Amino acid sequence: MSDLATLTIDVNGFPTRVWRTGSGPRLGFLAGFGGLPRCVPFIDELAKHRTVIVPSLPGFPGGDRGHTVLDTHLDWVLAVHEIMVKADLIGADLAGSSVGGSLAAEIAAIWPDAVRRLALIAPFGLFEESDPPTDPWAQRADAVPGLMCADPAIWTALKTAPEGANSIEWPIEQVRASEAAARIFWPLGNTKLEKRLGLIAAPTLLLWGEQDRIMPRSYADRFAKQIKGRSETRLIPGAGHLAELDQPKAVADAILAWTA
Amino acid sequence: MKLMWFHLMPYTELPDDFRDANPSVWVDIHSSLFDPKRAHLMYNDFMDELEYAAQCGFDAICVNEHHSNGYGLMPSPNLIAASLARRTTDTAICVMGNSLALYNPPTRVAEEFAMIDCISGGRLIAGFPVGTPMDTCYAYGQNPSQLRQRYLEAHDLVVRAWQEQDTFAFNGRFNQQRYVNIWPRPVQRPHPPIWVPGGGSVETWRWCAEMDYVYCYLSYYGYKAGRATMDGFWNEMSRLGKDRNPYHAGFLQFVGVGESRQHAYDLYAEAAEYFYGRCLHVDPRWAAPPGYTSEGSQRAGIESQIKQAADAGVRGTTAGERFASVAREMDAIVDKGYVIVGTPDEVAEQLREVAVNLNVGHLMLLLQFGNMSKQLAKYNTKLFAEQVIPKMRDLFSEWNDRWWPRPMETAQRAEIPAFMPPLAAE
Repeated sequence: MSDLATLTIDVNGFPTRVWRTGSGPRLGFLAGFGGLPRCVPFIDELAKHRTVIVPSLPGFPGGDRGHTVLDTHLDWVLAVHEIMVKADLIGADLAGSSVGGSLAAEIAAIWPDAVRRLALIAPFGLFEESDPPTDPWAQRADAVPGLMCADPAIWTALKTAPEGANSIEWPIEQVRASEAAARIFWPLGNTKLEKRLGLIAAPTLLLWGEQDRIMPRSYADRFAKQIKGRSETRLIPGAGHLAELDQPKAVADAILAWTA
Repeated sequence: MKLMWFHLMPYTELPDDFRDANPSVWVDIHSSLFDPKRAHLMYNDFMDELEYAAQCGFDAICVNEHHSNGYGLMPSPNLIAASLARRTTDTAICVMGNSLALYNPPTRVAEEFAMIDCISGGRLIAGFPVGTPMDTCYAYGQNPSQLRQRYLEAHDLVVRAWQEQDTFAFNGRFNQQRYVNIWPRPVQRPHPPIWVPGGGSVETWRWCAEMDYVYCYLSYYGYKAGRATMDGFWNEMSRLGKDRNPYHAGFLQFVGVGESRQHAYDLYAEAAEYFYGRCLHVDPRWAAPPGYTSEGSQRAGIESQIKQAADAGVRGTTAGERFASVAREMDAIVDKGYVIVGTPDEVAEQLREVAVNLNVGHLMLLLQFGNMSKQLAKYNTKLFAEQVIPKMRDLFSEWNDRWWPRPMETAQRAEIPAFMPPLAAE
């Protein structure tokens, strides 16, 4: 991508990466489990029509070790809000996937004016005992790609060190991303987000990969039922948990249409 | 040197097809495999064995903590230690230990250890493990990203609770308690000796050096695989300008003593294969919760993988890789040094070499392992006590063990009446 600008903001003393690309009205994206160690086609698709702003979350790739000072859920949502402010995302449309989707929902619930329209891709945050999410942290390493994406090769490619990357620091950064997610969501993924869904006034699009092997599809109904604002649910064929990686165009088109 | 007798309390009746029919001995081992009435007998056998080891003259008897574990039936080692405190007199009681971050508030550990220290008249060794990933993060649901910080903070709270004279407020990052004031207080002042069982992380070595605690490497893979870790510990100690007092370290070793090497091999093969085959059948998905291993240790692990092959005997830097590469047949178990077998002379010679090479003054012996019967465990224990210990006692006599319990004078201690079950009604 030619015009991808990388900015650095300070979050609790940790340098935090913000990508900015494209033109048009602002649209933020908070990435999912594993974060974004490199840019992905989904961002390009969005940037064809919008100014896309992608801040890293603490501890995720580009987020340094920012997770290490966040002990409570309040710490997390305040840090993400600070990121939204510093990344110029207040009042913009906001999309979030997986763990990032959960935090996007928190922002929309607690600071209703911060989010114009919301799009959530299989967000974390709920737990139903009769239909639990898959535990992403109790897996053999070779099982993870197939849990995250319908096409495991896409996850593997995202997570494989590029030519010239530091062969020691790169794998540590990927473990750190998983740790950061664990720090917020261990052990069940349940942050009691359910209690705050009724505060979400922004019109909300719920996207779910048809082959999501992490987050049960029934959770889409739970979100839809409890979100105060208007909501709509759409399934993405040929996509797994991180639907935006499997089907970048279909997911981007759905979000662009929702936030148009 | 000190010879200590360690019990893991393995469930001894896991089925023959356990490995094939079950995903893991730990975390999600199925409840249908547990028969409480059989466990009644096992617990009592195990406690008999621990008491017997004390009678035979071992310096300490040791217990440890595991959860949801088919080879470790002590979620609360303190319960066993309390009983041992009543049924033994002079032997040190080593609780190896309490996983500090799992207790809420951690003050509980200060209290229970103080109780054991009082009941035993000051014979407690207080072990503070972080705990394995399986125990802490999966079975107990602790957050792997906070575990070490919580452990360190809990340590500060416990040690302060033992020493502070007045009621105090503890204002920690994770624990807040307005009124900390434990009753009872430990007999040993300022507190019982603190030992830290750990893996091979540089941070743990440094912390033990800084705090002057005993570092223990409790590996199931024997002296050959343990060499690199103990070398790492001593190199770090030298780097920090600490002396090489062998009592600053502890090491675990499986041993089987017999009349000849072949006799010992034959006697202990079944129990060893049971342990390494069934008890160490751990699903690798429980082995690596993200954040459990510090980034410093990850870095060191990746670097050492690049520079050299992993430890002899067991390959891999994560618990998952190690579990997957464990030898499970007796020939390999002996060959790799997981279990030392032989005559008392042969065992003594090998163990002296182990103690000297690893520079370890506290040797923790697993003389009961796997599905070993009480009879065989007692045979092994007796032979070791009578014929191996005397050949090792003199080692390291030039060093002072300042990490050993300092019990009350015998004359000051309570008289424990012999246990006399009431006679059945005529």
